Amino acid sequence: MGALRWGVGSVATVAVYAALFLYAEAQSVVIGLLVGAVVAMVMASRFDVLARVGESFARHERALDRLTFAACIAVAALFHDQHFVLLMLATVLLYFVACIGLNLQFGHTGVVNFAGAAFFGVGAYAAAVLSQHTPVPHLAIIVIAGAVAAVIGSVLIIPVLRTRGHYAAMVTIAFGVLFKTFLEVNDTLGGPQGLKLPGMSVFGIPFNANIALSDDAEISFYMHYVVLALLLAAGAYSLSRRIERSWIGLNLDAVRLDETACATFGIDVARWKIVAYTIGNALCGIAGAVYAMMTGFIAPNNFTFGDSLIMVSIILLGGVGNPRGVMIAAAVVLLLPEKLQMIQEYRFLLYAVLVMAVLLFRPEGLLPRRLRAYFPGGTS
Amino acid sequence: MDIGLAGQYVLNGLMLGIIYAMVAVGFTLFFGVLDIIKFSHGDVLTVGAFTALAAYAGVTALGLQSPWLILGVIALAAIAGTAVLGALIARFLIMPMRGAPPINVLLLTLMLGTALRESVRLFYPNGSNPKMFPRLLPGGAANFGRFTLRYDSVLIFVAGVAVIVGVSLLINRSKLGLAIRAVAQDAETARVMGIDLEAVVLFTFALGSALAALAGVMNGMYYSEINFNMGLLLGLIGFSAAIIGGLGNIYGAILGGFLFAALQTIGAVLLPVSSAYKDVFAFAAVIVLMAWRPTGLIAEKSSERV
Repeated sequence: MGALRWGVGSVATVAVYAALFLYAEAQSVVIGLLVGAVVAMVMASRFDVLARVGESFARHERALDRLTFAACIAVAALFHDQHFVLLMLATVLLYFVACIGLNLQFGHTGVVNFAGAAFFGVGAYAAAVLSQHTPVPHLAIIVIAGAVAAVIGSVLIIPVLRTRGHYAAMVTIAFGVLFKTFLEVNDTLGGPQGLKLPGMSVFGIPFNANIALSDDAEISFYMHYVVLALLLAAGAYSLSRRIERSWIGLNLDAVRLDETACATFGIDVARWKIVAYTIGNALCGIAGAVYAMMTGFIAPNNFTFGDSLIMVSIILLGGVGNPRGVMIAAAVVLLLPEKLQMIQEYRFLLYAVLVMAVLLFRPEGLLPRRLRAYFPGGTS
Repeated sequence: MDIGLAGQYVLNGLMLGIIYAMVAVGFTLFFGVLDIIKFSHGDVLTVGAFTALAAYAGVTALGLQSPWLILGVIALAAIAGTAVLGALIARFLIMPMRGAPPINVLLLTLMLGTALRESVRLFYPNGSNPKMFPRLLPGGAANFGRFTLRYDSVLIFVAGVAVIVGVSLLINRSKLGLAIRAVAQDAETARVMGIDLEAVVLFTFALGSALAALAGVMNGMYYSEINFNMGLLLGLIGFSAAIIGGLGNIYGAILGGFLFAALQTIGAVLLPVSSAYKDVFAFAAVIVLMAWRPTGLIAEKSSERV
């Protein structure tokens, strides 16, 4: 049972790599690191390392999840005085939360949602309006924003339940476009200029002030948001894992795999779709609310159809249904364009080509979901 | 509202409707033969419009003067360019994805659309700015009170109707159309009957893409301006139109195109709030329509196979 070392080794490797990647400034170093990562991935799958790591994760899930959490804190601590890096980290974590939500809808239940960014935006705008006009405490705002996203999503429940496949995709795409157009023409919500938000403040701690350690050492104020986002991410992750392992997850999988067979066995298809859809939208809304308060400024252009597409591609790249894969894909997709300044102009093009290549040559994603294992180390 | 102004709105709606219908027919053709949604269709339209613009620069440099000749040349260039592009997309990106989950194909073509759009923006000279589209049709207009009938609009509309009638004749009357319909109904049986599946699919994609190019050129002539982003919304609208009409049905697509234009016009004219909400209204109406008729107004004829 010495398999634990494979899991520990992989978490440590990824953490060190992430730190190096975030630290690298020179374009040649960034490109070198990228090439190194690709070579390492190819070698790893060639020499069965990936399989061993996967087995290790299956056996020692709890320990390795904690280790991952600790590794995230370690990476954040390393960059404690750099605003931009911490902002990127928090953004990745918040996108991870939203993608966990979409993953529950699409990866588990098979309900497509091409309006992820719209629900993210619903949460963000809810947070903006609440924090500007009401004295509601900021932690409560996050919860309310999630609820608002779920409620607005419920407007779409009837068309989403009645339609399938392309027709269902159309409904969510139409909603995403409708939402963005609505924001652009609505003057009360700031129109195309968007809205400003005050920074968060929780239990009297102002989130937008640096933490002074001593006279010349400070921790960037973004650390607050990183910690909050990390807690949310951990919460979303364990929620998703718990749902997956429970009988709810079993029902969701059944709905995805065969609706007709499901209905014959007495599983209420509509109910489980509604459950997954509502939880997913709520997670998007929660992530959006924190994102809005972190950046302090939101505009319709942050929540376009293109952003929804980015979320869907994160899920597909990571491996549909696998939250760990989603984590890695979210980091790759969001950090890559920021670090590779020279491709900034070409990033959407490169990105589209990359996703196309993955779809053509590795359609199951980078780290596909495995069969559920009820016992550590069982069939996985 | 006076009758002249109402007439103006109706005319405007008809112009939009014919362009939307041409895009929607493409969506429905692709869905017919391969059961896929090709979301890059709108961006193929952009490529068509920009090909026409490039061809315009080329022929004027050669010293061609007659506007009709120029129009013919640039339309042909756009059609040929996008037909080849459509066939290449079908051959190298869509055919290999047969049997993959529909969501993957949808995402693949969405990404392809992004790639095409970005390529136009990055590689067409000064591509990120809107471009003037040349006025090649005779100007002038007939005035009836507040109702102005631009001659070029009439020509564009007539051309659009002619193209759609031509395509529907091709699909319903010709032998090639019979092959397309056979593949749409059952690809395997069609192959057993000796129909070259790949050739039919490639032809259908070329045909649909050429339609999109014509729609792009018409759109450019109507507004006298094109930009790299135009395909995104037009593609989305064409897709909505094909969906509310009912996928796989060419008449449904035409109906859907005009219906969407009607919704937009109604949204712009009759809504109590500002006319800027017309797209919000149109897309909301699409969602409601989908809730009411989940497989479109002219429903797909298919039974569930268990």
